[in-house]
Parts: sequence; C-alpha cells; structure tokens
Amino acid sequence: MNLRLLPACLLAAGLMFAGGAGLAQRAADRPQPLKSGLDFAGAEVRALQQDDIANPGMLWVARGAQLWREAAGAQVKSCESCHGDASASMRGVATRYPLLDPGSARLINLEGRIMQCRERRQRAEPLRYESDELLALTAFVATQSRGMPKDVKVDWQVRRNFEAGRALYYRRIGQMNLACANCHQENWGKQLGPETISQGHGVAYPIYRLEWQTLGSLQRRFRSCLSGVRAGMLAYGSPEFLDLELYLAWRAQGMPVETPGVRR
Amino acid sequence: MRTSGRRRFVTALAGIAAMPLLASRAARAQADPFAALVAQVTGGAPVTPGRVTVDTPRLADNGHSVPLKIRVESPMTAADHVRRITLLSERNPRPIIAAFYLSLKSGRAEVATRVRLNGSQRVLAVAQLADGSYWSGSAEVEVTESACLDAS
Amino acid sequence: MVARVQLPRTAKRGEVIEVRIAIQHPMETGFRYDMSGRPVPKNVINNFVCRYNGSEVFRAEMGSGIAANPYLDFYAIADASGELVFDWIDDEGKTGSERVSLTVSE
Repeated sequence: MNLRLLPACLLAAGLMFAGGAGLAQRAADRPQPLKSGLDFAGAEVRALQQDDIANPGMLWVARGAQLWREAAGAQVKSCESCHGDASASMRGVATRYPLLDPGSARLINLEGRIMQCRERRQRAEPLRYESDELLALTAFVATQSRGMPKDVKVDWQVRRNFEAGRALYYRRIGQMNLACANCHQENWGKQLGPETISQGHGVAYPIYRLEWQTLGSLQRRFRSCLSGVRAGMLAYGSPEFLDLELYLAWRAQGMPVETPGVRR
Repeated sequence: MRTSGRRRFVTALAGIAAMPLLASRAARAQADPFAALVAQVTGGAPVTPGRVTVDTPRLADNGHSVPLKIRVESPMTAADHVRRITLLSERNPRPIIAAFYLSLKSGRAEVATRVRLNGSQRVLAVAQLADGSYWSGSAEVEVTESACLDAS
Repeated sequence: MVARVQLPRTAKRGEVIEVRIAIQHPMETGFRYDMSGRPVPKNVINNFVCRYNGSEVFRAEMGSGIAANPYLDFYAIADASGELVFDWIDDEGKTGSERVSLTVSE
C-alpha cells in the first residue's frame, strides 16, 4: 500500500465514520416511540379521520380523482394519459417525498412535482399552493400510499438540505423564542392550553384542519406555527420549508402515510 | 342593648348581600334564552321537554365543526311520527341552525350533522309531531379556543 | 359540487337504511373577512332534499350554523328498488345533485 495515501485514507475513513455515526446518533432525534398525531387527538377527530364518508378530506380526494382524468393545458393531456391508473402508478410515491429533483438539483415535494408536471408536461396554468386543484391532486396522489411506511432517502446528495432542515428544527425563532423541537421533541404529550402537543410528523398531510375549515398543506401548517411563535413568515415553496419537510420525513421514517388526515 | 342592635345590623347586611344572589337566580329561571325563539318556531304552542335527545361531545375539539346527533323517540307511523326537527343555538349570531323535515318514509327519527358553535353554550332541538305537539331536548357543549394564533 | 354518498347498495323490503352524504362547500358565514379586509359574502347550502323514487324522504333547511363541507346522516325505509336522488342549492343559486341506485329484495 502507498503509505503517502494513508493519512488521506484515514481522514476519509474518519469522515465517513463521523458522518455515519452522526446520523445514527441523530436517530435519538426521533421521539420514542413514534406516534401519529391521531394519538394526541380527541375521540371526535379520530372518528372523523377513520370514517371515509365523514372525513371531509375525502371530498378533496374525490375531486383529485376527477382532476386526474381531466385533460388540461396545451398538450390536452390528463394525468391519466401518462400515469394511467393512479392506484397502481402512484402507489408508494408519497412515501419517498420530498426528494432530489434531478433536473433542478433541488429538493422537491409532492406539490412541487405535481406543479412541475402541470406546467412542463401538460403545459397548463400553474397551480398555486392551497388552491383547490393542487390540494385535491396532492391528496389524491398521497392517498394512494395510505398505510405505507414513510421512506425518504437521506444520502450525500441531500445531506446539506437535511442538515439545514434539522438546524431550523432546533433553532429558537420568533418573539416567543421557540424552536419546533421545544414543543414537538421535548414536550410532546403535554398540554398547551386545551390541546395535547403532538410529535409534529406530517405523514397525514394534506390534512383537513377543523380550524381551517378546509384541506391544507404541510407548509400551511408550518406557516401557522410561524405565526404562533410570532416569527417572520416564509413564503410557500421556500427552500427552508423544503429542507424542513425533508427533516420531518426522515424523523417520521417508518410511520404510515395517513392522508387525508383530520386534525383540530 | 348594643349587642342586639349590632346583631340586627349584621343580619340586615347579610340580607342585603344575599339579595343580588336571590334576584339573579329568579332572573335566570325566568329569562330562558330560548323562550322567544321557541315561541317563534312553535307559533306559541307549548313544548314539553322529553322524547328528544341531542348527542354532542361535552367538550368540542373546535367550534367550527361539532358533531351532533338528534334522536326522537317515535314509532314513525302514520299516526305517530316526527314532521320537523328545529335545531336552535343559544349563542350563535344566527340562532336557528337548521330545520330537518322527515317523512313517513324516514323509518327512524334520527338526524346527524356537524354544526358551528360560537362558544360554549346549550343547543336545543324542538321536534314537531304529526299530532301538532312539540317536544324538546338539549345538550351543553364546551367550546375551547385554539392554543396558538393561526394566521396561516 | 363534489359530494360523496354512502348507503347500502342492496336492502330487504322494509329495512331501514342509513343514508350519509358529505358535500364540498365552504358554507361561508358572511362574518369572515378576506386578506384585504373585505367581508366575504354569505353563501351556504340553504336547501337539501333527498327523494326516493320521486317522493321526498328528507329535507334540510340549513344556515351558516351548519359546519363547512356539510355532512348529513338520516334514515329511509327501503320499500322498492330504484334511485335516491339528492339535490341541493346554495345562496348563489348554484345547484348540486347526486343519484344512487338501491336494489330492494323481498
């Protein structure tokens, strides 16, 4: 062996070990045991989510199923034209998001992928966050993975995003000087006013939130937390939000997708 | 002499102090918040509490959507059935939440829905039967505020 | 208007069946304001009817006190095969409709 390479090898080995150990150590970042938001919800909210006819989110899933079949844009194609039967082609898809979009070398979430397809492949009007159409399509696609375990890949390509997401999760922000972790990592299960703090996973999104009286995205929930701690608001689609989505998805590894969830 | 005077004074004071309490109890018994509304619904006909059950959670997760079920004990026959159930709120800006019309093809006098409740209050269901009589049932619901401001 | 109905596809004659329907509608109260501070006009589904083989089984007159995305759960006696037709209208005059077939056996 060429001894001059030894220090480099040792350094590389050390870095790899540190990286690996870092992620393994951070598994302690995951709350134990992992619990769905439903476990912290009242009986009525649980009953709503578990009953497909009572679950208001299913109305958006039904709308999404309609939109899936509707031709749109200059290409006059529907989602179905390319993807066929969603229950087959979209099965498991939501478990892997957010992920790296090879084309832009950026993180992309499910909403982003749908918006991208809409604009580039269907050549249709762009869809906006929280629009009825985008919520419906996102809920419809995500529901095809209902019950399947969340399984995002955090490799060297998205490592920086993961670290940024984690850093944000643990950063105290806002007038109230609170980090996501203060509630959802350190005090889940405890009372905050009339509510029990959940672990804040995000596997049920988009959710029907009774407070919103409509379906809403995970990023809408982030924004409501930002206003809750009186922090500066971030726009929908912000890179910070994507990084945070990745961190949350990693943190919820193995938890079943629940879309469409119901929360208070 | 001085003691009995003081005793009379203290007794009088206690009497005066108790008056607001007694007055408010009497006031509450008379001022039924639903009275005027119910008279509007029944055209002044008397309402008997009974036969009607209102099922709601005692503590609502969120006032925007509270599950509610109304049950009326009725054989739903031609001679004895429920024609209409009116649901009233004690504190909503529009106190008549809904009116449900059943028929002889209903089979069961039960309706469930989800309502908006503007704060903790009592809800009252008034059922009109085929014979023109009115029956009622009510439930108290506690409605709490969300813990954090949601300006999303 | 998107709506979802649940009722048994088949029933025995005389059986009392449960009918459940959810309709996508904001049931705008008229008390809310938009981001510019303008009041959002009231618009609720004010009338809902269920007819079974043409005759009215159930009707609801609703106000803003019914929660968004209204849900109704009521009963009907299965007496003959046919259709349950649901019709509703909101304050803006927009109508919605669903129909579901029911097979009734002896």
